[in-house]
Amino acid sequence: MSFLSGIRVPHRKNTEGQTATRITEVPSVSIPMQMHIGAPAKPIVKVGDLVKVGTPIAEAGGFVSAPIHASVSGKVVKIADMMTSGGSTVPAVTIESDGEMTPDENLAPPVVNSREELIEAIKQSGIVGLGGAGFPTHVKFNVDPARIEELIINGAECEPYITCDSLAMTSRVDDIETALRALQTHLGIKKIIVGIEANKKAAIASMKELAARIDGMEIKVLPSIYPQGGEKVLVYHTTKKVIPNGKLPIDVGCIVSNCTTIAAIGAYLKTGMPLVEKCITVDGGAVSKPQNVIVPIGTSLEQVFSFCGGFSSEPEKVLYGGPMMGVAVPALDVPVMKQTNAILALTAKEARLPKTTACIRCGSCTNVCPFGLAPASILLAYKKKDVELLEELAVTSCMECGCCSFVCPANRPLVQTNKLSKILIKEEKAKEAKKHE
Amino acid sequence: MSKLLRLSVSPHIHSGRSTSAIMRDVIIALLPATIAGTIIFGWRSLLVLATCVLSCVLFEALFNLIAKKDQTVSDLSAALTGLLLGLNLPANLPLWQCVFGCAFAILLVKCIFGGIGCNLVNPAITARVFMLIAFSSLTKQAFPVIVDTASTATPLAQMADTEAAMPALSDLFLGTTGGAIGETCALALLIGFVYLLVRRVITWHIPVTFVASVFILSFFFEGFDAVRALAAILSGGLLIAAIFMATDYVTSPATAWGKVIFGVGAGIFTVLIRYYGVYPEGVSFGILIMNILTPYIEKWTAHKVFGGTKA
Ligand code: SF4
Ligand code: SF4
Repeated sequence: MSFLSGIRVPHRKNTEGQTATRITEVPSVSIPMQMHIGAPAKPIVKVGDLVKVGTPIAEAGGFVSAPIHASVSGKVVKIADMMTSGGSTVPAVTIESDGEMTPDENLAPPVVNSREELIEAIKQSGIVGLGGAGFPTHVKFNVDPARIEELIINGAECEPYITCDSLAMTSRVDDIETALRALQTHLGIKKIIVGIEANKKAAIASMKELAARIDGMEIKVLPSIYPQGGEKVLVYHTTKKVIPNGKLPIDVGCIVSNCTTIAAIGAYLKTGMPLVEKCITVDGGAVSKPQNVIVPIGTSLEQVFSFCGGFSSEPEKVLYGGPMMGVAVPALDVPVMKQTNAILALTAKEARLPKTTACIRCGSCTNVCPFGLAPASILLAYKKKDVELLEELAVTSCMECGCCSFVCPANRPLVQTNKLSKILIKEEKAKEAKKHE
Repeated sequence: MSKLLRLSVSPHIHSGRSTSAIMRDVIIALLPATIAGTIIFGWRSLLVLATCVLSCVLFEALFNLIAKKDQTVSDLSAALTGLLLGLNLPANLPLWQCVFGCAFAILLVKCIFGGIGCNLVNPAITARVFMLIAFSSLTKQAFPVIVDTASTATPLAQMADTEAAMPALSDLFLGTTGGAIGETCALALLIGFVYLLVRRVITWHIPVTFVASVFILSFFFEGFDAVRALAAILSGGLLIAAIFMATDYVTSPATAWGKVIFGVGAGIFTVLIRYYGVYPEGVSFGILIMNILTPYIEKWTAHKVFGGTKA
């Protein structure tokens, strides 16, 4: 069996053990209609409409999609396209806050007495994979219950800086319990495994306490080696099951869900308040007061940073998510989204990368890759545009964890090439498909 | 607020370990051998080493300049090649021969194949072999142009000559015997080995399997004489080659099992050539052969892809 390797990354968890502060005074929020994988949500409000916290402002735009709710009370002032961090545009609803944060009075805890009602409730909550992927949670759970052998809860939180998942596991135990009990009752889930990295002692203790109360729940302490939180890595370390390339966890009987996602489900079941706020880690060398904050979804990064005391030095790079897999943003006017788990402002020193030089065939990249891929060979194959070889090298199974680039002494653009290679393969396949038509 | 921030693909942090940092570590690891060689063979050693380092760096810089390539000498790999080659030469070698060897190593073995990372064989080792063939008079001397045979005939040459007494093991360990500047002092080389391991520049696989297989085979060839087998691993430049040249990233396999195959293979060829070859120097040839086999070894021992390759 393959041995999953990985790397030691600097932890830099400056916000560890802190509680989160809730930010309510935001002048306005801009909520993008695409905060999940799948079809964009369709706005159901017009400019001028009055909304309250939790009022639906957009409905799911397809089967794989999720509804969206107002995160502040106030008036819809704009519905217009906005740039995403990926460079594409997506419509966004801008709401000017009245400063009251009045909850919508129509909200009530959902009545859940069956599997269908639970799935529907999760759908109405607007919850998507909150660990960063943003896959609509109701779709993930909407599988034949007989196929589910284990529910695996991702509490690995292996990226540097980020601590909000640990915080959820210590401060939202009730929410997690409510969700797990509902999932057990209605989806017939027998086994629940929470995977947590060994260095998160408080989270492990807190989840162990909960496991003592819930039948079939166990904690799996993972080595503190990045990337434990990768779905396939996590499934392997918790169940020893190998997900074949191109398959999903459910193909080996697993559902993987982030601990914060589970807590959000519990909160919705208890209160009926959909997903309108997000606890995120604000950190990085350029931030004056690194901390965890709970912010209305749609709040601009600029506002969040200024709440955290602004910048102590000029930020060189600002990221959604952690430094290993996070996405760099072009400017600070982009919003906090559902799947945002951290925003980091890195100084030039933190973000410094060595010059790209020639490959010295040191083998580090392949030795650290959790999947045993050979990034140096993939790079050569990509340069030759050799699609067949790229497929043989299994580039499609790359999880873009960044280990290879992190260690490469020549700082070769390995992750970047893997991304491009996947696109190339997809294009090539599309071309083939067209030919066969 | 619309100050543009820097955009790039993840990851956004780096281990900080660069090619030049790795090369610097190897150079540091060679310092004990450099000092020992200078003490044992005198100030002229420094002259040889300085000539080699300078000419390697100069040749690479000139090549890049003429070929209009990015300047690469700051990655320190040319300097390392120069130091290694110098340590593999006798202290009394004419300097023009040093320069010649460096030109061969840098220009013919490294640069015309595309520079760092693209050479098929190790430049220092290949140059050593080239110089052996080009400048030696096919005597039983292990290395060419040894002027003062009494003090610099290498132990291996002595061993091959059955009449001569074998040097004491302690002399071999400290290196006060004949040979190239950096190859004789086992103690200094082992200090460098430990440094490389601690700094995680190399793994134990190649040096240990290489030396172990030479020891075991020599033990058989020497009629189960452990002392002579020990002498066999302490002489003939085995340690410097096993620790510093066989472990060259570019020309040795990346996987652990590949390294083991490489080490054992190099050991076998070394002993066979030592006992049956024309030159008593089996180490260089052993490594060269394995350099050439490396691409195949890498293919056989490639990691199995987790989750399989079929999409
Ligand atoms: S090749 Fe992909 S999966 Fe492997 S280390 Fe690089 S980014 Fe991670
Ligand atoms: S880590 Fe970088 S230098 Fe080393 S083999 Fe991989 S691509 Fe080449």
